[in-house]
Amino acid sequence: MDLRKDKKKDMLCTAVALAAMFIVLLVMELTMKSTSILFTVMKKGVIYALVAVSMNLLNGFTGLFSLGQAGFMLIGAYTYSILSMPVSVKMGESVYKYYDCAIGIELGIFPSLILAGVIAAVFAALIGLPVLRLKSDYLAIATLGFAEILRALFQWDAMGPVTNGANVLRQYKDLTKVKIPFTNIQFPPTLFCFLVSGICIAIIVLLINSSYGRAFKAIRDDEIAAEAMGINLFKHKEMSFVISSFFAGISGAMLAMFQYTVQAAQFKTAMTYEILLIVVIGGIGSVTGSCIASFLFIACNEWWLRFLDESSNNILGLNILRSGFRKVVFSIIIMIIVLFFSKGIMGDREFSWARIRAFFARFKKKAAASEGGEPNV
Amino acid sequence: MSDSVLRMEDVTMQFGGVVAVNNLSLEVNRGEIVALIGPNGAGKTTAFNCITGVYEPTNGQVFYEDKLIVANHPSGKMKKAYQGMNSEKYIHVKPIDPTPDQITKLGIARTFQNIRLWKSMTVFENVLTAKHMRARQNVFSATFRLNAAEEHRMHEETLALLEEQNLLQFKDDLATSLPYGLQRRLEIARALATEPKLLLLDEPAAGMNPQETEDLGQFIVQIKEKYDLTIFMIEHHMDLVMRFSDRIYVIDFGKLIAKGTPAEIQANPKVIEAYLGVADDE
Amino acid sequence: MSFLQNSLPYILAGISVGGQYALIAIGYTMVYGILRLINFAHGDVFMAAGMFMVFLSASLPLGAAVPLVLVLTVLLGFMIERVAYKPLRSAPRMSVMISAIGVSYLLQNCALYFTGGLAKVYPQLPWLSDTVTIFGAVTKRVTLITPILTLILVIGLSLFIKYTKVGMAMRAVSKDFETARLMGIKVNSVISSTFIIGSLLAAVGSLLYFTNYASVTPTSGGMPGLKCFVAAVFGGIGSIPGAVIGAFIIGICENIIKGLGWTTFSDAFTFALLIVILLVKPTGLFGEKATDKV
Repeated sequence: MDLRKDKKKDMLCTAVALAAMFIVLLVMELTMKSTSILFTVMKKGVIYALVAVSMNLLNGFTGLFSLGQAGFMLIGAYTYSILSMPVSVKMGESVYKYYDCAIGIELGIFPSLILAGVIAAVFAALIGLPVLRLKSDYLAIATLGFAEILRALFQWDAMGPVTNGANVLRQYKDLTKVKIPFTNIQFPPTLFCFLVSGICIAIIVLLINSSYGRAFKAIRDDEIAAEAMGINLFKHKEMSFVISSFFAGISGAMLAMFQYTVQAAQFKTAMTYEILLIVVIGGIGSVTGSCIASFLFIACNEWWLRFLDESSNNILGLNILRSGFRKVVFSIIIMIIVLFFSKGIMGDREFSWARIRAFFARFKKKAAASEGGEPNV
Repeated sequence: MSDSVLRMEDVTMQFGGVVAVNNLSLEVNRGEIVALIGPNGAGKTTAFNCITGVYEPTNGQVFYEDKLIVANHPSGKMKKAYQGMNSEKYIHVKPIDPTPDQITKLGIARTFQNIRLWKSMTVFENVLTAKHMRARQNVFSATFRLNAAEEHRMHEETLALLEEQNLLQFKDDLATSLPYGLQRRLEIARALATEPKLLLLDEPAAGMNPQETEDLGQFIVQIKEKYDLTIFMIEHHMDLVMRFSDRIYVIDFGKLIAKGTPAEIQANPKVIEAYLGVADDE
Repeated sequence: MSFLQNSLPYILAGISVGGQYALIAIGYTMVYGILRLINFAHGDVFMAAGMFMVFLSASLPLGAAVPLVLVLTVLLGFMIERVAYKPLRSAPRMSVMISAIGVSYLLQNCALYFTGGLAKVYPQLPWLSDTVTIFGAVTKRVTLITPILTLILVIGLSLFIKYTKVGMAMRAVSKDFETARLMGIKVNSVISSTFIIGSLLAAVGSLLYFTNYASVTPTSGGMPGLKCFVAAVFGGIGSIPGAVIGAFIIGICENIIKGLGWTTFSDAFTFALLIVILLVKPTGLFGEKATDKV
């Protein structure tokens, strides 16, 4: 009985915290300059949080070591930008310079976003058929290979009428084109990113805590036992792969919205590695960990360590600090985490109110003990 | 409907040049407790793996409730390398190679010799997850909690199962933190959660003392009655086997060497020979 | 005849690149054979060897720079194993692989820092860089030297593994890590020597490869690295002749595809080949099969 009450209380706490977060965000966006680096970091951070969580669903919860995330983001980004690009732009010379665009339709932001996920999921379903039979590192290298093949495919001349070849796509509906429904007022872009990512992550969390999520974990823990208990390995792996790719596709689409331009060359294996490192830093098997880590990662990469790149701040007259030093320091930090804190920030635990309560309870007890002399143990 | 629940016909399992199970035929009838015994390395677990779809047997057939569920005959490279018998007998039968989950779905559940619990999950989750297969929901309805009644039912049934196994007090502990004997019980509870008709137990009493073994025997009889089960088990504890099983099959080097009631087996010189070896000086 | 004249340069280039890939692929296959680890950093070690050469040759004569490059690369490979892989010996395989990816990231970022992100011109090696004409096809001499040098090195390595004590220990460790340890083989030093040999060959490969390509960038290790891993898988991971044959096949096919005007797909082809081989014969051409015990 008590447990159920606690659960209700926790849900209330979460709802209040989320609402507060969104309100703070809204206030910030209305009062602060929109070009502030803070917003850039938050937008990119939340987009990476979504793709990191989607990768965690595969790597952390289903135990499938897949390295294809960049490929599915690529599909999402391209699907979104091609579908949402106004027909007038497609027919003009400004984007499709060397090709006649073959896609004569233009969709709104939401249909394009959803389709970005769907197309990524369809590709995942096809790729999953052969590769999900492979184990651990072979699966990793095969998914990585497929991501590279996809990149080559999207840059192929023959695909030019659809993908514009290796050239840049732009002038599609980016973040500034999001309007509040039924009005012509711009939707606060950071809030939009948080809303879309938040909903997607919430769906993944619901999935993880459902019967299917438990089946995924069973496969991760012991495939043979899972199979013997009636869990169809292939079906569940494929499901996890497809769902993960769906959300990777959506995050790719959001990345396209955020960046204003899209080019296949960007979605290299290095990108997948970055996402993997975010998952590792956050803790493999922890959704909250992935979210926290992606903000830290993006903030360090784009903001906090920027000063290391400025050659004016020299130490001892040596020209150590110059462009690129930030990345060196950053990758050393990552190596230290990988080697010495291999559980990451959260391990495989999640944020929970119960733990926070326990923490404060302990804190109180300690305080009481130090005041009242001998603790009663 | 006949009484036969499980029937193996001429099952041979050959790995490379090693014949682990050799032309094994046996039958388990409804409501029986049947034991499969034999010295270490005799091929008992391999026989289980052939039934449950972990391995694809090289030759032979397996029936469940008179329905053909596994079938194969030597083909390809194995055609030449095959050392077993009856290689021509099943040549006209279309090979059937089900995955383990399909077998479990039919109603055959198993436990493992080396315990295979899901180690990151609690006792409760281990059993609850095994209920996944029979859950009447799809990924969409499960994710969006559209079928709360079904989820509720799964929770209640899991609690009931744990209570019956005296595991309820440990329900929120990690499965692997349980003492060894309780882990074996939990494996049985987890197998029962898949709602089987035939339960395959692979050395359920391994590592148990005589008292625990006796309790386990009682417990097996009890669940058999309660869930209307048929039980087929591999066991090394002879007192357990002799006291609780209705019939016994003995294999050695993959071959069936004896079958019968406990009394018959105890008197069978071949069995004694297999276990103790023959004197060399004949 | 004109067909031969047209396609010969590509085939020659293919054989040459194949030889260079072979030298790198050996490093992958040996490490995988012993540690069951895809050493994602190996391609970057290869890139680092190129960078060493660029920076050293700027201040040293070639005769001193080349041996120094070999020594530095070996040292780098040795250090990577000691620092990034050894502490994780008992950790799950995935952790080691992630560590390898981390090292790869680190090496690339270091290279980025030292080069300032610019492509560095690789020094011309006298004699090797000279152009020669063979059957009417003009090519660099390195193209002809590579396969020969590769074969010599591979034969040497095979003899080393077959007849020396260290080589025998390597075979034992790759067959059964735990038992080898129990039999008193110093597993750590065997692993170190594996990395040393792998890095040495990668350094030689790098000398040959970059002489052909003329410039080094921080990311120029990534794609050849992955391709060489594919070559190792194709040949059957753990098998040295397999890796060599796989590398030659990939090098030749890749250049033929380039010759056909499908350059966009020359990388993708490698991965398509990988996927096909994994599905058809997961153990590769010369690999051994392992089964899980239930």
